[in-house]
Amino acid sequence: MSATALLEVEDLSKQFGGFTALDSVSFRVAERERLGLIGPNGSGKSTLVNCLCGALRHQSGSVRFAGARVDGLPAHQRTRLGMARSFQLPKPFGSLSVAENIRIPLLYTVNARKGAHLDAAALERRCHELLELVGLAGKAMGRPRDLTQVEMRKLELARAMAAEPKLLIADEAMAGLSHNEVDDILALLHRLNEGGVTIILIEHIMRAVMSFSSRLVVLVAGRKIADGLPAEVVRNPDVVRAYLGE
Amino acid sequence: MGVSVDLLLSAIVAGILLGGFYAAVTVGVSISFGMLDIVNIAHPAFIILGSYIVYILNQTYGVDPILAAIVLLPVFYALGAAVYQIYYLVFERRGDEALRGLAFFFGLLFIIEVALILAFGVDYRFVSADYIGTTLHYGPIDLPLRMLIPFGMSIAMLATLQLYLSRTFIGRAIMAVSQDRQALQLMSANPARIKRIAFGISIATAALAGAFLIIIQPVEPSVGRDYIGRIFAICVLGGLGSFPGMLVAAILLGIVESITATFYGPSWAPAVAFGILLLTLAFRPSGIMGR
Amino acid sequence: MRTRTFWLVAVLVGAAFFGLSLLAPNQYYFQAGYKVLQYVVLATAWNILGGYCGYVNFGSAAFFALGAYSTVALYKILPVPLPVLILIGGIVSGVVGLGMGYLTLRLRGAFFSIATLALAVVVQTLITNWDYVGGSRGAYIIRPMRVPILGHYIEYLYLIMVVLCVLAIGIARTIERSRLGYGFAAIRDDEQAAEAAGVPTLRLKLVATTLSGALMGMAGAPLPYYVTYLDPASGFNLAYAVNSIAMPLIGGMSSWLGPLIGALFLGSIQEYTTVAFSSSSGLNVLIVGVLLVSFVIVAPNGIVGLVESLRWRRR
Repeated sequence: MSATALLEVEDLSKQFGGFTALDSVSFRVAERERLGLIGPNGSGKSTLVNCLCGALRHQSGSVRFAGARVDGLPAHQRTRLGMARSFQLPKPFGSLSVAENIRIPLLYTVNARKGAHLDAAALERRCHELLELVGLAGKAMGRPRDLTQVEMRKLELARAMAAEPKLLIADEAMAGLSHNEVDDILALLHRLNEGGVTIILIEHIMRAVMSFSSRLVVLVAGRKIADGLPAEVVRNPDVVRAYLGE
Repeated sequence: MGVSVDLLLSAIVAGILLGGFYAAVTVGVSISFGMLDIVNIAHPAFIILGSYIVYILNQTYGVDPILAAIVLLPVFYALGAAVYQIYYLVFERRGDEALRGLAFFFGLLFIIEVALILAFGVDYRFVSADYIGTTLHYGPIDLPLRMLIPFGMSIAMLATLQLYLSRTFIGRAIMAVSQDRQALQLMSANPARIKRIAFGISIATAALAGAFLIIIQPVEPSVGRDYIGRIFAICVLGGLGSFPGMLVAAILLGIVESITATFYGPSWAPAVAFGILLLTLAFRPSGIMGR
Repeated sequence: MRTRTFWLVAVLVGAAFFGLSLLAPNQYYFQAGYKVLQYVVLATAWNILGGYCGYVNFGSAAFFALGAYSTVALYKILPVPLPVLILIGGIVSGVVGLGMGYLTLRLRGAFFSIATLALAVVVQTLITNWDYVGGSRGAYIIRPMRVPILGHYIEYLYLIMVVLCVLAIGIARTIERSRLGYGFAAIRDDEQAAEAAGVPTLRLKLVATTLSGALMGMAGAPLPYYVTYLDPASGFNLAYAVNSIAMPLIGGMSSWLGPLIGALFLGSIQEYTTVAFSSSSGLNVLIVGVLLVSFVIVAPNGIVGLVESLRWRRR
């Protein structure tokens, strides 16, 4: 592997009581890669995301981001290091306006990093920029509860983007959306990737995953069973069995 | 040294009896908090309410307190169902349960307590029954009937509830609701109705617990507040929603409190439960963190 | 308006308020006013953790009483002027708030609240058993002979409370408009999402509990001089616990205005019932309890929320 790995996951395991959610999962993500993560329901994808980002503590294994170990760091510090995520079920800040939702990561991630510090005017501008990017500029003063499903998903993504991440994990950002809406989100993610952001896409919508990913990882019952080019992975008999066999 | 060992033994036995009673006090919350996720911080107030009604029945009609409580069971069940209905309509449906639900029960706690103060004053009340004065003696161990009988009845109540929850259809539905609300909806059973039944049962246990309480000690309205700490300490120590664990935790607490009261004085007793609660929450909150 | 302007206005309003108060016909006004103002500080302090951050503290009485009892403890050692006592009360309660936060803030909301209740009882038991400050028998405090500036000592206490009110409200307002306030709101709305967005939730929550505790301690520090006889029953009185929750809830929890309105409204009602019915404080707490439950059911955003929704509807 000549490319420097931005994210290195080694032997990650997580149990809930007697139940093993993740079993020695290992993979790497290179900079600027577009990694697709797929697997049947209950295979551990969300648990994996939670362990990577610090929402859950894993029992064994290690997670390295940009060469440094992040195990044990609280979630907010990982975000400041450059790992951002969007939640599967959007979790907006309900009492704040749409624009203010974007402010939070700007105030607490961007401004918390060493170096460039956004002043009040720059903050306003950046909020507006981000909302424009996802097409929510018109609803800036509104409340999250007034947004449609798609708009909430976009807000989720915009909030993750506001943290200026090096790695963005999009957790089922397109579930339940229409064909066009899925294309919208895909276009957004492509644009981000072109701008230098590494993306891990967790999805059930196969056409999206296939067209977007440069590499595919398949998780079944907490174990990684395939890891390679999309076209090859989908032909892998284990993968076929996992999806059709049950 | 002989005196000390005897004292210790008595303290432990007293603690066990006390613990059984504490389990009866806690089982209601084990259901409402452990299974339904409703922080009914007003449960002790319902217990005290039960104590007072039992007191009235006992003093006016000479009814045995435990019998009186059994008669009260359906009344308290209805009360619990009504309270849950309000809680459900106002909070669970709207979705912002946490803070407002807590405040709701907190307010209820004070309303009941103060209403009792206004109605009965702050004098201690107690019931009369044949067995209250009697004590059985086995060597160095004293078994006052006023503690032994509530202990026995508590165990009986716990066993009955355990059987109900594991054997009957509704009981099992309650267990299912506590674990997976979605599954129940898919089964086209109405979770709200099941929860209402469960909450009703939870408050019904308060009637019996109230009878036990006033048999064991004289009661005045603010006594309930001492029990909040005990109840939640037992729930946390024993694990939520597990009756055997709860019983063990209750007896443990009873023993520690009894020993503390015997050797250090009764004024430290309230702090024991709360102290244990704080320490447990701080250092061993397994299953409580980020549930 | 800008925060600096707000402080200026607050100080001026406070001064004007106090000036007007001096026209009061008799001492009773200061006696009663002190209690109501005390509640303003308590409610505002509670709201910083409760309304802004979303963590319900059932143990306000403990922080309040710690302030009062640190005054009693120091009173026996050396004569210290009241403002210093207030500072010390604030520090003691602030440190306890920090400690409590550290022990309990990793818990889910409901467990945090129960832990605060546990703390209140533990503190009360410790103080009841501490004979140095009088234990359950209580302690007597003698008011100083000379009163700084004003005629009667009660007026001086009243002035101190006005200053504390201005301070508390000013701090609350400053937080609201600051980065810290945004962080608190994010924690309240969705703590997990806040963490993911870079908010150091544990640290901010600790700030909230420390600040909230400190302000409550400062409100409690002058109490011994007000009552001249302090025992645990009155220091840890039921009414403080219920009111510090009821007032912000009934007034409105989303801004500094709510606790102020709630405290003035409920505080006055309680003063009135105490005087008019001269019964035990039981009736007071009953009224507060009923109002609390009613508002929680009918108007969860409090009086401020009601007014806002009326204005919104008229548009």
